[in-house]
Amino acid sequence: MSEVIYTPPAAGPTQRSPIVAFNLRMFREKPLGAIGGVIFFVFLFCGVFADVLAPYGVNETDMFHRLESPSLDFPMGTDHLGRDVLSRILIGAQLSMIVGFLAAGLATVISIVLGIVSGYVGGKTDMLIQRFVDAWMTFPDLVLLIVVISIVGPGIPQIVIILGLLYGIAGSRIVRGAVVSVRENMYTHAAQSMGARTLYILWHHILPNVMPVVIVLFTTRVGAVILAEAGLSFLGLGIPPPTPTWGSMLSGTGRTYMYLGPWLALAPGLCLTIVVYAINVYGDALRDLLDPRMRGSR
Amino acid sequence: MQAFIIRRLLALIPTLIFTSIIVFASIRLIPGDVIDLMLSQNDIATGNDRARIEQALGFDQPIYIQYFKWLWSALQGDLGRSLWQNTPVTEQLAETLPITFELGLLALIVALTVAIPIGIYSAMRQDTAGDYIARSFSLLMLAIPSFWLGTLVMVFPSVWWRWAPPLEYTPFLEDPIKNLGHMIVPAILLGLSLSAVTMRMTRTMMLEVMRQDYIRTARAKGLGEILVVVRHALRNGLIPVVTLIGLQAPLLIGGAVILEQIFVVPGMGLLLLDAVFQRDYPVVTGVFLVVGVGILVINLLVDLTYGFLDPKVRQQ
Repeated sequence: MSEVIYTPPAAGPTQRSPIVAFNLRMFREKPLGAIGGVIFFVFLFCGVFADVLAPYGVNETDMFHRLESPSLDFPMGTDHLGRDVLSRILIGAQLSMIVGFLAAGLATVISIVLGIVSGYVGGKTDMLIQRFVDAWMTFPDLVLLIVVISIVGPGIPQIVIILGLLYGIAGSRIVRGAVVSVRENMYTHAAQSMGARTLYILWHHILPNVMPVVIVLFTTRVGAVILAEAGLSFLGLGIPPPTPTWGSMLSGTGRTYMYLGPWLALAPGLCLTIVVYAINVYGDALRDLLDPRMRGSR
Repeated sequence: MQAFIIRRLLALIPTLIFTSIIVFASIRLIPGDVIDLMLSQNDIATGNDRARIEQALGFDQPIYIQYFKWLWSALQGDLGRSLWQNTPVTEQLAETLPITFELGLLALIVALTVAIPIGIYSAMRQDTAGDYIARSFSLLMLAIPSFWLGTLVMVFPSVWWRWAPPLEYTPFLEDPIKNLGHMIVPAILLGLSLSAVTMRMTRTMMLEVMRQDYIRTARAKGLGEILVVVRHALRNGLIPVVTLIGLQAPLLIGGAVILEQIFVVPGMGLLLLDAVFQRDYPVVTGVFLVVGVGILVINLLVDLTYGFLDPKVRQQ
């Protein structure tokens, strides 16, 4: 029980910084995960610089180049209004990234607060919170999202808050599990017997020791959120048009034109799959390296 | 066994209460201006005035009374009437639930027939090329959104071979072959996305079981590998996979919503989506409640089966 969760690798003779050393270890021990990480950072890069990278305007229509198959001028072809698919994919990446990071960040904060309260306080509070989490997790993500969106209406802030709540409450259970095991460690008891205030213990002893779990949770949540947002947009309940999102590019009016331009059906789905796959393998590798106890669980 | 069942049923009560509160809160969260919006959109329906909708949603009473009244009528099977069709919500649910159930069941069969053999193979050949391919495939299935797969299945066969999956629903009792012909494509897609998790779980459990002493004993007494796996390992290895079926029920229903929309299957998912777009809130909350309670019941049944299969669980 009292084993150290994460031992930083011993610094080599050149005294590399721990972050560099950690990344090197990732490439050596988990090559697939490292590749996932690289793809993930390429995606982030595209998202951040989408406005600069996009060769054409997002909603710039060109009636002379409608439904053109991929070419040098339009690497991913054009849609039924003559809009450049690559530019729309890039802006879509930006939106996915913004929603993914904000919602996963919110979810992580909610998971930490709920998980620490439930796990550290314990007793009746724990029981009550856990039964609520049970009930919350009963509902399928998508059904819960659809119902809430139908009430608050579509839009980026709503989607971020709802996805944050959805995955935050569900993820609190994983943080709670980690807190419960840290709570019983010697150093926690020592701090308690020395009369440290609860908040001090939570901040200095509990939180740093559940950090590996939290980092992994955040990473995998980014993928889950991107997928959920795409699903909502696909159903027409996500970010309203004309803003291009990967989900909405596969649905709506564009759908009828896919039979004439099949490339329209390929690009958004392929990007979505590659990014989510990369995040998943990266998250798996992070988990294996940071927190061996969670190996094999999802 | 009896004590186990009673304990399990008692543990269900607080969860059920919270579930009902979440569903009820979703009704209460409907802001006032949505009623105005409903009024402006619903002018085709006759006699839709503000008071009627407020009354239908029960907004004219204190909140705790609303909750108990709503709970009481829900317990009696009264979930209100659709604001559009004016038919009881329960009736609409009774029509659509079996269709979604059929889709889910077919998907589950697909998922298990794909996942369990591959999971076993992956465990038996741990760390070989086959194992890596199987695991990569399962990770990939976790990442591919079902709505994309559905779109590809709709678009590419029709571009290449002028063939498209049928989109016309026929009730099973009317023409089983035609019905299955329509349902099988969404069922396969849904099943594939579920198979990923099942495959991972089967592999993990088999790896664990194969390290047990009784497997060594079975091998030591000279049993062939197939007999060891089938008669000794599978029996224990597959028990936790049963639990997984319960855990996957939410995924199954969530996926069904999207696939029902793509393949025009008139199940509960399509009912929910239509209701959301028409702002037919009694239908939305009705589906919401049935999904929540349905999944709790599935999990209860799974837990009881688990207790039945594994005597150790009963004693805890």
